[in-house]
Amino acid sequence: MTPRFVLGRIGFSTLIAVLLAFFTIPLLWLATAPFTSDPTYEVRMPDFTWENFQAVVEHPYALPSLYNSLVLSVGTAALVVVLAALAAYALSRVRLPGRDALLYALLLLSSIITGTAAMVPLFQLAVELNLIDSQLGLILILSGGLLPAAIFMLKDFMDSTPKSYEESARVFGASPLQIVWHVVTPLVRPGLATIAVWSVANVWGNFLMPYLLLSDVEKQPAAVITYTLYTEGGQANLRMLSTFGLLYSIPVVLMYLFVSKKYGFRFHGGIKR
Amino acid sequence: MAQATSSPPEPLAEAAAPARRSYSADAAGLGRLRAGVFVAPALLLIAAFLVFPALWVLYLGLTNYRLTGLAAAEPRFVGPDNFLGAVSNPAFWNSTWLTVQFVLGSAVIGQVVLGFTIAWLLRDRRGPLRRLVEGLVILAWILPSAIVSFLWVALLDRDGGTLNALLGLPGFAWLLDHPMLSIIVFNTWRGTAFSMMLYGAALGNVPPSHLESARLAGASGRQQLRDVVFPHIRGHILTNLLLISLWTFNDFGPFLITAGGPDGKSEILAVHVYKVALQGGELGYGAAVSTVILLINLVVAVFYLRLLRSGR
Amino acid sequence: MALRKVAAVLAVAGLGLTGCGQSSGDGGGGIELTITQNAIAGGKNAVAAKHIAEWVIPKFVEAQKAKGKDVSVKFIPSGVDDEQYKTKLSLDLKSGKGADVIDIDGIWAGEFAEAGYIKPLAELVGPEADSWDGWAQIPEAVQGLATYDGKRYALPIGTDGRVLYFNKTLFAKAGLPADWQPKSWQEIVEAGDKLKSAGVPVPIQINAGTAMGEATTMQGVLPLLAGAGGEVQKDGKWTGASQPLKDVLGLYQQIYGAGLGDPKLQQEAKGRDKSFQQFAEGKIGILMEGDYFWRGVVNPKDGVAPMADRDQTVGYAMIPAKEPGAGIRGQDFVSMSGGALRTVNPNSKHPKEAFELLAFTLSSEALKEETKDGNVRITPRADVNKEILAGEPLLTYISEKALPLTAYRPPVAVYPQVSVALQEASAAVVGGTAPDQAAADYQKKLEGIVGGAGNIIAP
Repeated sequence: MTPRFVLGRIGFSTLIAVLLAFFTIPLLWLATAPFTSDPTYEVRMPDFTWENFQAVVEHPYALPSLYNSLVLSVGTAALVVVLAALAAYALSRVRLPGRDALLYALLLLSSIITGTAAMVPLFQLAVELNLIDSQLGLILILSGGLLPAAIFMLKDFMDSTPKSYEESARVFGASPLQIVWHVVTPLVRPGLATIAVWSVANVWGNFLMPYLLLSDVEKQPAAVITYTLYTEGGQANLRMLSTFGLLYSIPVVLMYLFVSKKYGFRFHGGIKR
Repeated sequence: MAQATSSPPEPLAEAAAPARRSYSADAAGLGRLRAGVFVAPALLLIAAFLVFPALWVLYLGLTNYRLTGLAAAEPRFVGPDNFLGAVSNPAFWNSTWLTVQFVLGSAVIGQVVLGFTIAWLLRDRRGPLRRLVEGLVILAWILPSAIVSFLWVALLDRDGGTLNALLGLPGFAWLLDHPMLSIIVFNTWRGTAFSMMLYGAALGNVPPSHLESARLAGASGRQQLRDVVFPHIRGHILTNLLLISLWTFNDFGPFLITAGGPDGKSEILAVHVYKVALQGGELGYGAAVSTVILLINLVVAVFYLRLLRSGR
Repeated sequence: MALRKVAAVLAVAGLGLTGCGQSSGDGGGGIELTITQNAIAGGKNAVAAKHIAEWVIPKFVEAQKAKGKDVSVKFIPSGVDDEQYKTKLSLDLKSGKGADVIDIDGIWAGEFAEAGYIKPLAELVGPEADSWDGWAQIPEAVQGLATYDGKRYALPIGTDGRVLYFNKTLFAKAGLPADWQPKSWQEIVEAGDKLKSAGVPVPIQINAGTAMGEATTMQGVLPLLAGAGGEVQKDGKWTGASQPLKDVLGLYQQIYGAGLGDPKLQQEAKGRDKSFQQFAEGKIGILMEGDYFWRGVVNPKDGVAPMADRDQTVGYAMIPAKEPGAGIRGQDFVSMSGGALRTVNPNSKHPKEAFELLAFTLSSEALKEETKDGNVRITPRADVNKEILAGEPLLTYISEKALPLTAYRPPVAVYPQVSVALQEASAAVVGGTAPDQAAADYQKKLEGIVGGAGNIIAP
């Protein structure tokens, strides 16, 4: 038992070390460039300057664009999670005609809508519906593209939850909405958290749709502003890009850690205890 | 799909015993009508902002529509011309083949295996180690593309690249001599987070009591995986495979580090579409290629479904 | 409780949204104009954005007020990749939207005009457009940039020209003169040989391949083609596998086949950026580029690859024809030029006022203001150039020597595809394909792009 245990520990540690290396080494540039006064494509020892951060703070659109990113991604995530949860629950519990075929068809279509070719239809649709230059319009459009996959994933979680709790809740006279909220939601919380983080990540990095649909620079998210940090000839302003990139990614990582700590995996332990 | 996992469609059997089955499944007493109401808002959004524009794309694929020029003012219906043009173009087949390699390598093998491994290794852990690993994996996923391209050029550059410095291989041109390997590893790095999260959540749903009893019965880690975990998360695995494959087919991220080059050696279909539609303005042709991607995705989806059923 | 949290999140998101609904209502009956450029404060073309927002708009509004007109102007910044800017602009114009005054690249004029996205100014604005006093100051060739099918669609904003840059320090090491001016391609290759013998890592950088995109066509294939006496399109017909093209590809083979250039650099996604950095680090001997290289890349003040000793170290020379007299129009030297345009959106509700704003941005007063404080570029106006280029040796050189000999790209919708085909031909040669074969492949692709062999001049 003991040698095997030791071997297991060594194997585990090695594997984790390799994984950490694989995910860390590409990020080194992001750790050094923002603190270097003249970053290039090389990872070099920084000279620890704060000037780049100061330049980002003084940039007229950089910090506000982070707020816009937050509005867009939180809005989209909330809409997607709520609508997908309701739909996934209903589709999991009630056999609506043509359900599986419909889900597959929607999923396939959702892959076409993320492609470059879809920009013209989406743009003209937004024009017709008067959703141009409106963050709400953009949230609706982005949600439409994310919902099929979200429903698909959530339905898995709904399918694998035990149904006995719902039955007992029903015996006590709870309405379906109450059951979904008080009984089902806690059971699939890891799934909901996953969908939320996934939605945020999808919107957070999206450049093309926000750029095309929002003309007003004061509404544009950070992904669009990032693309403006180039010179006239298309050369990158590495000082701004690296520093803004760092500031841009930190909120999402913090959000993930928060969500995973708070909602990710706790309840299940609770219910089985 | 997961419904299919737990109960593969057997219309006859179901029709034979409708009352019992539908009651036990519809535990909350939703009923079809209210189920319809629950589904309606999502479907409405999907219909307006997904189905409608997607069908529009399919239609565009049958026209010679362009972003600018005469064909922008008066697009003509050209029927299957774009498709014929695509399939008679060797560059298109080259792209298709590269895409298959890319999806198999980076999605099916890379992200799914790595994502599951991380989720499994960290399943019982709390505390800083777990946060560190998860944080880094997520960081790779959510970094803006513009930044990521610099990270990977800094890593793989032949002159000052970090990798060459670490390996002591100055001048080795990864992106030029091994472009497909580079973008496969890149995409594994970039997209593992999703699989890790999904499997993490799925493993969280495996009742600890089952694992506990398996462990008490003396099952090894591998046996626990095979006998307890896999059967339980089978649906998640297949969902994940399906989604990851679909997304990877449509991912033009590799454009950022190789721009499809050198000389088209890493020009996967999504990059091909990006080049013809956005850079070349040929929206009709780009839409047609998107449609072909859709058809390939359909085949992939059917394949996974078969896999799902045959395994039961 | 969790419910309340979600509700709070939704409310916050909603709040953020309500603040940003439709905004631009006609406030108080005055005229509202918008102007857009691919420029943004703190980012791409920041100086231009600042100039519009802080000088043009207040001055224009003031001038209009003096005339008794209540006009307000809003600047809509953009500042992304040119292709994306073009995509957005096209979509806007197609749906009847977009700013009243818009900037486009000169090369888009033809495709935009064909699509009906822009209209002849005289049609849109009236006779004021042709009687604008600035026309008299703009050279014929530069006016040509804004002309399509014999009609003026816009006002030119500026122009540029291409030359050969070289590193004088490396040249001294190789025993080459500091006032180097090659008279034929052969002399470029000979200089490359000497640089190579002197240990210069990359003697010559002439862009090739698809990774550099239009920079390959504009700073590589086309200037060389002009030097071989060829044009990519002439009198509505395209040039196929002609002798000039074969000559150009032959030069590529000579440079990259003999180790005078770095073939891998041409394939890398960031190859152009890297070539700039390498030039600044003294690793490249000769490099073909536009005046942008001088102003924006090796500029010691704010270039992307600054060279503190630029004025002493970097030399420049005209691009020679293959042999003296072998260039287009029998020239000894050649160049290529592009330039941006500014025009009135056909969807504008106030085309006359929009044109006034447009003309104001190109008045000599505005151009002088825009180009002061070391921000000099070649403006379209001869009167302004005479004044502002005085202290700028390179820009004067380009303006006086290169521009009279320069050529322009054909402003038609299929040009971007033709350009890609030219890039592919150069890539093939750098990769080892024989020039004749690459030229034949190019012709085949060209036939597919321009609609058959009938539109191609027989070689």
